[in-house]
Amino acid sequence: MNPGLTARTRRPAFLPNWPARLAWLALITYAFYAASILDVTWERFVTGLDNGMRFIARMFPPDTGAAKLQLLAKGLYESIEMAIIASALGILLSLPIGLLAARNLMPAWVTWPMRLFIALCRSFHQVIIAIIFVKAVGFGALAGILALTVASIGFIGKLFAEAIEEISLKQVEAIRATGAPFMSVIAYGVLPQVLTRFVGFATYQVDSNLRNSTMVGIVGAGGIGGTMFAAFQRFDFDFLLTILLAIIAVIMVSEMLQNQIKKLYQ
Amino acid sequence: MTSAGTRQEWQRYTRRERLARFALYFGIVTACVVSLRTVEIIPEFLYDAPEQMADLLRRMWPIEWRYYPKGVHAALIETLHIATLGTIFAIAMALPLGMLAANNVTPNAGLNYLAKLLLVSSRSVNSLVWALLFVAIFGPGALAGTMAIAFRSIGFVGKLFSEALEEARPGPVEALRSCGAPWPSVFIKGYWPQVEPAFWGIALFRWDISVRESAVLGLVGAGGIGMAIDSAMNLFQWDRVALMLVVIFAVVLIAEVVVTEIRKRII
Amino acid sequence: MAGIPAAAPATIEVRGLTKEYRRGTPVLRGISIAFPDRGITAVIGPSGTGKSTLIRCINRLVEPTSGQILFHGADLVQLSRKALREHRRRIGMVFQEYNLVERLSVMENVLSGRLGYLPSWKAFLRRYPPQDIAMAWDLLETVGLTPQANQRADALSGGQRQRVGIARAVMQQPDILLADEPTSSLDPKTSVEIMELLVSITDTRHIPVIVNIHNVPLAKRFASHVIGMAGGAIVYDGPPDGLTDDHLNQIYGGEDWQE
Repeated sequence: MNPGLTARTRRPAFLPNWPARLAWLALITYAFYAASILDVTWERFVTGLDNGMRFIARMFPPDTGAAKLQLLAKGLYESIEMAIIASALGILLSLPIGLLAARNLMPAWVTWPMRLFIALCRSFHQVIIAIIFVKAVGFGALAGILALTVASIGFIGKLFAEAIEEISLKQVEAIRATGAPFMSVIAYGVLPQVLTRFVGFATYQVDSNLRNSTMVGIVGAGGIGGTMFAAFQRFDFDFLLTILLAIIAVIMVSEMLQNQIKKLYQ
Repeated sequence: MTSAGTRQEWQRYTRRERLARFALYFGIVTACVVSLRTVEIIPEFLYDAPEQMADLLRRMWPIEWRYYPKGVHAALIETLHIATLGTIFAIAMALPLGMLAANNVTPNAGLNYLAKLLLVSSRSVNSLVWALLFVAIFGPGALAGTMAIAFRSIGFVGKLFSEALEEARPGPVEALRSCGAPWPSVFIKGYWPQVEPAFWGIALFRWDISVRESAVLGLVGAGGIGMAIDSAMNLFQWDRVALMLVVIFAVVLIAEVVVTEIRKRII
Repeated sequence: MAGIPAAAPATIEVRGLTKEYRRGTPVLRGISIAFPDRGITAVIGPSGTGKSTLIRCINRLVEPTSGQILFHGADLVQLSRKALREHRRRIGMVFQEYNLVERLSVMENVLSGRLGYLPSWKAFLRRYPPQDIAMAWDLLETVGLTPQANQRADALSGGQRQRVGIARAVMQQPDILLADEPTSSLDPKTSVEIMELLVSITDTRHIPVIVNIHNVPLAKRFASHVIGMAGGAIVYDGPPDGLTDDHLNQIYGGEDWQE
């Protein structure tokens, strides 16, 4: 055998990817570190599983008594209403707000305050906003509606403004050259380019509002969340399961409806 | 030159389209009107609202910065750990579920359906509700919070991961299978390199959202800064609440910047 | 078409028009010219010489640095936004890249020429008066696109899109038509078709056309008047047959002008 060949073939075929390996190592080390800090230990987990089994056993079978079902229906109904109103308000408001926040259409003194407003709406979790509104307007659906509206504006407004900033300005230029007034320029030059995306954002937000409307009730802002929290505190776990199943069912139905609506706007 | 018989009409939509659009608008308006009429809004509360808000804001100012080291810092760190560890657990569980749900990785339709069902359920239940459940199971504290974040995130990461897998090109996979490679090798060398950047992008995105959500889990007892907010609110110490809100805002901003930087480097 | 003397009263006249995109380097150097009131006027010259800037200054899509733009005697540079809009609707414009609203149908694009005359809410609801719709059908017939009326604009070929652009501009019933390199994105055969369409419009409807073009043979063939620009100034202003090779070398500086 040629000694020169052996020397050359000793070079490794793959160089070990040290940065990636270190990153994986860091991740795993961190996991153990965090687990110990948070007291996430195996024994607790096992005890918890045991608890969990008992808990699940108490949840089955779900409570379907007439009185409970009425309570469930009332709560669900309120949640759905909250979601509908908040979505409608949020969508209606996001349209002008998003337009005003688009840097390619508006001067800086208009876009900066708008973008700041949108950022504020987005930054806080809906629950926190719900708590603030509960303190401001009292318990009940109004607080929930306002909280969800704010969240909607934050989400749709930001994405809508970004979509507008990506449009081709040539089409806008052509419409302006015909002497069209400002609103017509928006209606013909801007909106056709962004309408499908806006509908996408709007339907996503309606779904999100529906999910969140079930939750803001936990802090008193109306809807089934309140019913759920009450059941939880009374250890009424079989009713709790009924509520959870109902929520999942409502969300799945709404997803199906949304897909139909999206097809219409294609 | 306009001939005498030139058409003077034009319709934007076909009859069918118009009917469908009308039905949609009608449905939406009806839903709104019905909701507005039956939802219980006490008008006095509505008129009172601006003044109440102003009162609240006044109580929040000035922000009590000095409370930070004693009451807030530890809770904030705990929140970050909950978010990160929860996301790590979620990734570990979402990887296999995502693979099961992708119809090109797992050809068995029954398994696909089951996996997708699990992923949808995970997403449909809000993280706060998960937190409630886990507080009942594990008792109050960070363990419940971590599990809540983990279980909520599995659906998110798993769904996007399975969609990324389904969009992977079959070419490299076919090549590996045809040379007789065992399935784990086919996955690691065929699918994984294609979806890896997308996967880390999704994981980072979810971590960012989890940071936001971990902050409020404490409101139901699942650990983190939420518990500090809860106690401060019960004691009507709004200036401390304001401090914590500002801290959360800052942390969320920093997390977004961090995520954007990492994404630039690995994607 | 034989050269038409430029003694007819001018719809558009510019005086001392200057444009600097960057301070100290003017693209247009104090241009003064009265555009002919009839026929097709071709503005030729190498790229970067300010042809496009000149055309776009006329309807203030580009703001002049100084000078006057007289449209029926009124100085467009001085006008407020509202008055400018009212004058713009009498100036039609055809663009190099057609600039149609891609997602709307051909008919909607043509009708959008009337946007300067219609209140916004009616425009949004697409409630155009019957005369406008009749005119739109008529124009679609003229440009030969009646079967495509309800197709989306982005489903059409380049030549077809430019026809829609021309129909849109003519819908404004303008006093003058501006065309900024209308054939530069088209193949030679389609370019000729578009130029023939412009000629037929100017002949039958008596609308003067100012065309910005870099293809000299096309310009000589279809224009009734030629303006040659070089270095931001006008170096030739006369009929196409007066355009000698000497003039062309002066304009293009030895550059290849055979397209």
